[in-house]
Amino acid sequence: MGEFKVHRVRFFDYMPSGIRALAFNQDTERMAVARMDGSVEVFHCSDRFFQEKIIPGREQCGIEGLSWVGERLFSAGLNGGITEYDLTNQKVKYTIDAYGGPIWTITGNQQGTHLAVGCEDGTVKLFEVNEDQIQFERNLDRQKSRIISLSWHPSGSKIAAGMMDMIQVFNVETGHSIHRMLADRGAGTSRSKECVVWSVVYLSDGTIITGDSVGMVKLWDDQTGTLIKSHNVTKCDVLALSVSQNEDSLVAGTSEGIVVQFQFVSMVLEKDDKEWVRTRTFRNHTHDIRAVAEITTAVVSGGMDAQLVVRPLLDKIEVRSAASALRKIHFPHRRLVSCARKSGLMLFQYPGHLELWRLGESEGKGTPGSSLFVKRNPEKLLQLKVKGEDHIRCSAVSPCGGWIVYSTASTLRLYRLHCDNNNISITKISKLPKVLSSANQLCFSSDSSHLFSASAQSSVHIASLSQSGCKFVGTLKPKSGSHQAIHLLAASEDGKWLASANSDHEVHIYNLQTQKAHCTVPVYSSAVTAMGIHPATNCLFMMHADQQMFEYSIEQKQYTDWSRTVQRKGLHRFWVERDTPCLNVMFNPQNPSHVILHDMYMLCIIDQSLPLPDDKTQFYNQLTLKSLTEEQRKSQSHAFKVCKTFKDILCVELMPDQSLVVVERPLEDIATQLPAPIKQKKFAT
Amino acid sequence: MVETSDIRVVRCGGSKVNLTPPIISSDSRFVLCTSGDLVKVYSTRTEEWLHSLQGHTNQVTGITLNPANHLQVYSCSVDGTVKLWDFIDGILIKVHSGLCVSACPECFQLVSVHLPKSAEQEVEAKEMSAVSSHISKNPSCTAFGRGGEYIAFARHLQLNVYFFRKQKTYSFSLKATDKKGAKNAFTCIACHPTDDCIATGHEDGKIRLWRNFIHKKEYTYSTQHWHHNAVNTLCFTPEGTHLLSGGIESVLVQWQYGAGNRKEFLPRLGGSILHISASSDGQLFCTSHSDNKITVIESSFKVCGVIQGLVKDAVLTDLMIDPRSKALVLNGKPGHLQFYSLLRDKHLYNLDIVQQEYIYEAGLDQFEVVKAAFDIKGSWLATVEERGKKSSDLEFFLKLWAFDERTQSFVLNTTITAAHTDRIISMCFSSSEETTMLVTAAEDSQFKAWCQGADADTQQDQNFWSCDFVGSYHKLNPTNCSFSADSSLLAVSFQEVITIWSPDTWEMLTTLCQPPGVIRDLCFGRLSCSKYLLGTTTKNLLCCWNLLTCELEWSTSVDVSKLQPDPFSENVAAFSYQSKHTDLFVFKPSEPRPLFTNKNVCSEKVHRAVFVPREEPLNSCDESTQWLNRSQLYFLTQNMDLLTFSTATEEDRMLSSSKQLVIDDSVAVTPFYLLLGKHRQQQQKLNTQSHPHNMALPLLLRVPGGGLLHTPAHVLPAASVLCSMFVNSFLISNTGVQQDPLRYFVHIWLT
Repeated sequence: MGEFKVHRVRFFDYMPSGIRALAFNQDTERMAVARMDGSVEVFHCSDRFFQEKIIPGREQCGIEGLSWVGERLFSAGLNGGITEYDLTNQKVKYTIDAYGGPIWTITGNQQGTHLAVGCEDGTVKLFEVNEDQIQFERNLDRQKSRIISLSWHPSGSKIAAGMMDMIQVFNVETGHSIHRMLADRGAGTSRSKECVVWSVVYLSDGTIITGDSVGMVKLWDDQTGTLIKSHNVTKCDVLALSVSQNEDSLVAGTSEGIVVQFQFVSMVLEKDDKEWVRTRTFRNHTHDIRAVAEITTAVVSGGMDAQLVVRPLLDKIEVRSAASALRKIHFPHRRLVSCARKSGLMLFQYPGHLELWRLGESEGKGTPGSSLFVKRNPEKLLQLKVKGEDHIRCSAVSPCGGWIVYSTASTLRLYRLHCDNNNISITKISKLPKVLSSANQLCFSSDSSHLFSASAQSSVHIASLSQSGCKFVGTLKPKSGSHQAIHLLAASEDGKWLASANSDHEVHIYNLQTQKAHCTVPVYSSAVTAMGIHPATNCLFMMHADQQMFEYSIEQKQYTDWSRTVQRKGLHRFWVERDTPCLNVMFNPQNPSHVILHDMYMLCIIDQSLPLPDDKTQFYNQLTLKSLTEEQRKSQSHAFKVCKTFKDILCVELMPDQSLVVVERPLEDIATQLPAPIKQKKFAT
Repeated sequence: MVETSDIRVVRCGGSKVNLTPPIISSDSRFVLCTSGDLVKVYSTRTEEWLHSLQGHTNQVTGITLNPANHLQVYSCSVDGTVKLWDFIDGILIKVHSGLCVSACPECFQLVSVHLPKSAEQEVEAKEMSAVSSHISKNPSCTAFGRGGEYIAFARHLQLNVYFFRKQKTYSFSLKATDKKGAKNAFTCIACHPTDDCIATGHEDGKIRLWRNFIHKKEYTYSTQHWHHNAVNTLCFTPEGTHLLSGGIESVLVQWQYGAGNRKEFLPRLGGSILHISASSDGQLFCTSHSDNKITVIESSFKVCGVIQGLVKDAVLTDLMIDPRSKALVLNGKPGHLQFYSLLRDKHLYNLDIVQQEYIYEAGLDQFEVVKAAFDIKGSWLATVEERGKKSSDLEFFLKLWAFDERTQSFVLNTTITAAHTDRIISMCFSSSEETTMLVTAAEDSQFKAWCQGADADTQQDQNFWSCDFVGSYHKLNPTNCSFSADSSLLAVSFQEVITIWSPDTWEMLTTLCQPPGVIRDLCFGRLSCSKYLLGTTTKNLLCCWNLLTCELEWSTSVDVSKLQPDPFSENVAAFSYQSKHTDLFVFKPSEPRPLFTNKNVCSEKVHRAVFVPREEPLNSCDESTQWLNRSQLYFLTQNMDLLTFSTATEEDRMLSSSKQLVIDDSVAVTPFYLLLGKHRQQQQKLNTQSHPHNMALPLLLRVPGGGLLHTPAHVLPAASVLCSMFVNSFLISNTGVQQDPLRYFVHIWLT
């Protein structure tokens, strides 16, 4: 496997933002997640929950609700505006003000014709969804207190609204209230506190289910407006409810961090009198659960602890596999770190600023596992705050360390970095070509002479960099295909090729000398999570969300023999069952047959010269190999060498001096920075 | 050497009443529980033992009310029979035999038995079908579901539900453990009476409610967790609104069905809860506890009655007789001495010795009463409590209790914290009437005499106990001590040597020695034999010394595990254990020839025995039974069975004629039934049989006219039916003579 000097970097204080809202689109199998910092992410549920799209947030933009209407995604927040997103280009399409004060909730009807928002001023506002915009239609009867939660009846004729201390049912046609149901306040001291109906669900059979701040899940009948049954779920708040598509299961998320499942089961077997019965309890969170969603085969929940938990429902799963395992998503499936390989600089991307660090230096040699003496400590050279309210979408530092570039939704900024000894100076390149106004992904060529900026319509702009400034060179456009935003760029070492991957799983390869599209890699069903061009052979190595790997020879425009062998023999079960995507592909110039990959939990070196393991061979065989003699080792070893020494990895980079930079962000550190959870009495403490 | 058959060993003192769940009769008046070979019937209101259903020849393993008749109860037993009883009158109605006992004792099968309907009393049940060939031996792991449509049974980690109609079993498995350390093995099961919901208890204290269990995959369960240790038992209330659970915590937990976490508690019930049952109207609950106790609890969670059996779990003290109440005294519930009336087979009361809260949790080292002794009048009680048996830090207290005439109970008089520097081995009171003195012998090679005297420091009237004399002999550890009958001599054995002391002057009078072997038991003869001292050694020797001559009178080689003198006669009982059974010898110290020998009393060792004085002496002249005239010998085996000897005359006196009656098991015995039921039978027989004269005429005539007249009119059949019967009942029966029915009919006349 070779010996590497490893820089273990733990000074990237990345803090994921808490999850505020979830919206599931049954038809496209996409899960939209809104975070506290205003960012919206789209996960592909059937593609191993790969984070396909990230729309960065803005300052002061608290999203309170998310809703799909068809394939369009809307959000509303406390700033009083309704936002539609342009999912193709991964940016905000437009925002219109609802003129009702802060908006607490937004929900679209099943027919896809209307959006309802609940406002602070007590109005439920209906918006008509048009072809390209939404149009305010009318208000329903105004109430005295704010509207916290809304739910459409599946027929679209009625709306249930959760408010302070009560639930109102509106007739959409007339706009008048049909029923007014009072929610009980808590007993004792909490009697003086208002009962907040945090969540409401309207079922097609006329049952209204509410979750409130007293900790009750209550079932109401909309014919009579009476309480049918109430379940005391928790001592604190029930914050979120979600019902399954066929309305036989309901999940409730509480501020204690537990998800409680209710099922609609018949009390007497094989008879039809069904009741809602509390069944399972899932404890995967430490903090408040702000949003739950029951999708076809799993319960998805997210909350203040910033992790998205996918808990499979085993009774709904046909075949148990890696795709149906419990999944916790902590980190984004994008790289937040870029590395100037030649000068040992690291650029960390935070939502509102960038940090540039220089790696430390060590001296002496040591045995494997021992730590070396640090001659020079790592050093923070620069902190660059973003102008404006938008958060950073992407950033990059050039391999030589002389250029920094970042882009928000509205602007792209390029800086020239002067670094002589301990004096750091930075100058902004003022006159940028107009096409470089915003980028979805940024990349420098390996000799730092060119900047590649992925922009709208899956196109890539090339700009040449020189001492004088930045000059637009040309635009690379795919011959055909979709116009989805590019999320990955890879330039070859010799400066000849550029590969781009977009969220429709397309990978285009361009010839940089001719500035023409060279070829398109056959489209695979799963998204590309990482790719790299081999410096020696110019083969494109791609990792996919379903853990499959492909090697494509650019020059021959076909898959390599090794790649075909991998596909024919199949990958080892343990490899395929890993639950985080690979985030970087690196090549070792010293050993051309080595490909280095990493995901959140492990680092792996694939030796393409060794045989592939089949399902019978031991996959994690490092320890076994150590105990064998040289000759036995040869027969036992296989291509995959997995290292699990590092945990919670954000980024791994191979430096030219054969040292590895491993950027870790231990989850325990994140946990200590989270706000204190609700105090709970634990047995035997 | 006489060995007669008219003395036999009988079990007494009540066996375990907590082996199976108790049941409450549907009118909530009676509690029935199994107790050894018997089914005992108690009153719920007075907690009194009313009577027992006697007839099984082995351990009764289960009882259940007859669903067709709430006045009858089925019982099953290891003897292979299922019996049907009328439990109010104690009448055996029917016996279903032929249920074979499985050959393999470790393999338990679940079998459904068809009980054939037949008028005969003895019925052989032949129709059996196996439901499962491998079930848990714990009966709480099997339960009938709604209306008996299915039966749920669990074994280890698997829950099975067998549907009788479909004859299909559904199985659900759990993982043995999970990451959080849950232990998922099933411990008990209960089924909801109206819903299809199965509640299961688990080893780690979880309760799961299973639903939708006719689906292989879409079955679902919810989990609730309160118990910190295994759930021993679960029970739904008859309406199904609540679920009751209990475990080692001895807290009865009531869960509201369908409302998740809402629960109520009834804590501090005593020993850990083993079974819970509810009456059919849901007004009363019954819990049986590990300390051989049944608690009757109202549905408002108020304890309204306690039926306490003899606690025999961990007996450390000797068996003693309280001289005042003549009650048997031994370890009761933890930290207590129990007073148990053998005559009435009833627990009298517990005396709290340790006076500390006992924590019901496994593996804790807590204070236990290890020694106790009464003085001759029963006005003083000395106890030793101890903890730290395994560890080196032994802690023990010697406590002296005075009997308070006013409160009629023992009151703590003196607590001596460091009576000795090491464990107290033996303790006895002097037996003279005038002065009471306590002698304790301990492992610190000393014996101490304690006397009651005014405390010099406090100058109080109340007399406390203080040390009077410390004696030792060559730094040897004492093994036993005993006072002579008149308290003029004290014998203390130090290993192989017996020293005789005068308690008045504390002068050592003489030493007696018969090596080899350490002295184990020591006792003085009584009455005419008071000049003899008996001792047993570990080297299987029983020696008898004459104290006048200080010489060995006789000795014999026998391994005596317990030597027990009768305080009311010269007799001494010796239990000897050899070749896996215990023999009893009763003899007088004056002559080495035993008065009575009983070979093979039981198969275990006997370490504890006591003579209990009789209320009224027997006057048997038979030499072999004479020794039982004034007192009765009780002994406790290692299996904690309390056994005694009873004579034939005694049994004759106690034997009550057991009434047995054959009746149809589907109908209650009412005057109405006696009238109409017999009439129907008679009609059936008339219809089917060619000889109508064989009808049960005598039975018919036995119907008293009074019964007919005193029965309310609305429960009587039509007058047309009654009239002829009424008239018939006045006829003089002339059975035996065959008569023409028509002729018979003509003879009827009305007054």
